[in-house]
This record gives sequence, C-alpha cells and structure tokens, in this order.
Amino acid sequence: MKIWTFSKRCTKEILRDPINLFFGLGFPIVLLLLLSAIQANVPVELFAIERLTPGITVFGFSFLTLFSASLIAKDRESAFLQRLYTTPLCAHEFILGYILPMLPLALAQSLCCYLVANMLGLPFTVNIFYALLFHLPMAVFYISLGLLFGSILNSKQVGGICGALLTNLSAWLSGVWFDLSLVGGAFETIAHALPFVHAVELGRAVLNGNFTEISVHVLFVIFYMLAVSAGAVLLFLRQMKKQ
Amino acid sequence: MEAIKICNLTKKYRDLLAVDQLNLEIKKGEFFSLLGLNGAGKTTTVKMLSCLIKPTAGDATVGGYSIVRQSEEIKRKIGVSPQETAIAPNLSVKENLELMCGIQGFSKEKTAKQMQILSEQFGLQKILNKKAGKLSGGFQRRLSIAMALIGEPEILFLDEPTLGLDVIARSELWDVIRTLKGKVTVILTTHYMEEAEALSDSVGIMKNGKLLAVGTVLELMRQTSADKFENAFISIVKETEK
Repeated sequence: MKIWTFSKRCTKEILRDPINLFFGLGFPIVLLLLLSAIQANVPVELFAIERLTPGITVFGFSFLTLFSASLIAKDRESAFLQRLYTTPLCAHEFILGYILPMLPLALAQSLCCYLVANMLGLPFTVNIFYALLFHLPMAVFYISLGLLFGSILNSKQVGGICGALLTNLSAWLSGVWFDLSLVGGAFETIAHALPFVHAVELGRAVLNGNFTEISVHVLFVIFYMLAVSAGAVLLFLRQMKKQ
Repeated sequence: MEAIKICNLTKKYRDLLAVDQLNLEIKKGEFFSLLGLNGAGKTTTVKMLSCLIKPTAGDATVGGYSIVRQSEEIKRKIGVSPQETAIAPNLSVKENLELMCGIQGFSKEKTAKQMQILSEQFGLQKILNKKAGKLSGGFQRRLSIAMALIGEPEILFLDEPTLGLDVIARSELWDVIRTLKGKVTVILTTHYMEEAEALSDSVGIMKNGKLLAVGTVLELMRQTSADKFENAFISIVKETEK
C-alpha cells in the first residue's frame, strides 16, 4: 500500500512534466518517422523498419534514466526525501517506489514505437510481443541506472551526464545509427563489451524470429541489468545513511 | 515527564565536531527553540534526534525510545519539517497531504479527517487544488508543516521554518505555529531572536556544537542583565570567545 502511494506520486511527478512526455514518447517516434523517410528515399539496410524499430525502442529507454535520476536528485535537493526518511517508509519501499512507475512507462514507450512501426510497414506478428518482453531487462537496466545516478549526482549533473552523455554513448555504442564494424578496432570491442548493442541485436533477433541467436545477447543484458541494479540499491542505501 | 532526553550526544564529521557532548531535557508539551548562528550544530542535532543520522557518541531518547537502537519506533512518534520546503512540486496541495496519509497507512476515512483538520488549521482550504510548486513561500512552509503533522506526531521538529520569508509571511506563519503550542512537543531551530522570543517556552543557545545556555527568555535576560533578548544572546555567545 505504501509502495503504491509512493509510486503513484512518482508517476504523477514524471508525467506532469511536458518535457518528459516529449522526450519519452515523442522523440523516439519523431526519430522513427525521420529515419523511415530517409530510408524511403535512400534505402539503407540499417534503417529498414525491422532493424530500426528495436534500435529506436532501446535508445528511447535512455530517457528513462534521465527521468528517474532527475526525480531522485530533485527529491534529495529539496529535502523531500529527507522528510520521507523520517516516516515509517522502509528502504525497499523507496527503491520499488521509484522503479515500479517507470516500468509501465517503458512498456508504453515500446508499444508506441512498435505501433508507429506497424503503420510504417512493420508486419504485425506475434514476435512483436516477444520483442516487447525481451526489451524489459534493458528497460530495467536504464531505470536502475537512473536510481544509481540520482543517488550520487545533483540535478544539474544529472542533466549533463544522463541527458547528454548517456544518451549519446548509448546511441553511438548501440549500432543503431551506424554499423560498428565500420569503425572497428577498440571502439567495436568496447561496444561489444557493453550492453547497448546486445540489447538492440536481441530485439532485432527476436523480432525477426531468430531465437537461436539470442543467448549471448540475453546473457550480456541480464548481467548488466543485475550489476547496475545491485549497484543502484547499494548507492541508494548509502545516500540514505549519509543524510 | 520529558519528551526528549539527550545524554552526551556528539557528532563528528572527519575534523569537524558538529555537536559536542550535548546534554538536554525537553518536557512533554514544551515549545523549545534551539537558537544559534549558522554552523552552530542546530540542524545536526535535529537530524540525530529525528534518526536521519547516527550520533558518533552518546544517545538520546525521543518519546522514550533510543535514537541509536529504536529508530523505527521513533519514526512513528515524530513529524519533521526540514529546512527546505520539502514538498512534491508537481502535486497539488491536496495530493501532497494525501501522499503523507498514504505513507502513514491511513484509511480513506482517516485521510479525509486529517485533510479537513489540517487544511482548516493551516488555512489551505482555498488552495487545495493548486500545484504546490506554484505556491508562495509562506504557503509552501504552511504545507510543509501540515505534512509533518499528518501522522499526529507527539514531537514535531521545525528546522528554520521561516527562513527566507518576508516579515508578513513570517508573522502569519508564527500565528499558525502558535496554534500548536501545548498540543505537541515542538523543537524549533532558528537564528532569528524574535522568533525564539515570540514562540518559545524555553530556549537553548548553541555555538560550535556546544550548548551554552538553557532557560526561558526572561531567565536568560536576567542571567546576562540584558534589557533585550538579542543582547542576552550576544552576551552569551561572546562570553565563550573570551
């Protein structure tokens, strides 16, 4: 009940900010429309709708980090969290209260991307539902990253690191915008050691029914999701103690 | 009977001794002000008493429970209005109050009752549907205190409640705070002499983490042979510099 109350509050805070709505739902759709328009005029294999949609969906999740980190950082700065720490709310209720409202948001974001992709020619198959399901661990990764950054950064730093740096890094290292093998070398090695490209490749494989190719990608994404979630919980508890 | 009993309470941050062996008793129902310059240790003391931070040494009982060992029990007995307004800005006044009721685990009936009592007491009825972030500083502080009182605490901590408010807003907030006298034990931190003088049953003066003097405003004035409370405060604070 207490988690529900706190989650409801977090959802309202996020959804009542029009910038969040634009970046969370509007921006990925704008990108999808724009790149599909380019694809229609100058066909590029990378921007084919069945390859582009999972990529844009995963890229859209990077804004979830910004939303959750901003909310937590602002709550810390305004002493709102300090107030709540003096109430009977427990540590796990805070953590779940911040994470849970982001999950339906991630699902809504993915659904919007796939619905628009359907309108742009993506065949409607059962694999879309599997893709939505397999996107969830990466959504949790980005949401936990928000909890982690929100626990250690102030709102100004969150804007720079999550708003600019993370969104760019996750875009460059995901193989959505260009083929990583074109750059090659250390860049490609680093990209393959991180979860972004694996999350995109996982989505692409599932959407296209190539389930035999997914095991390595699943392992990478799950490993990073668990590692970041554990780190986020530890850092959140640490800042709780440092009040 | 005492609401708070502090024994040798100490807080050290690396080289900084923020609170130094504080000893103090605050009676049930008393309005107690902790007065001091910036960095005197007032907020650190309140943070320890409200279980936000652990003391380096010493202990205190709040409502009969130890701040070192029984923080969960204490959280059911206290309300805190922090130095910053600490409200949810995108939520309406009503939603902020409802949030605190939900966190306390109140039923619908209890929520409705508490909302009515507190919105009347703090003059919030006309602005219940207004976004909290759009309120004036004075009304944000009123809301902040009302939120701290939702759980019907026995002990209320008000950390610099009128900081940054204009004269009128401060005076109006004093009127609201006065209505709490006798109903709950209030611990107020401030560096405004007139605030401590206008509201308190007794006052403690802190400097560099130490409690220099405790008493009623009149007792402290008598003790220092001062004609005004401000002069008594200056005399007590300067005495330690000699």
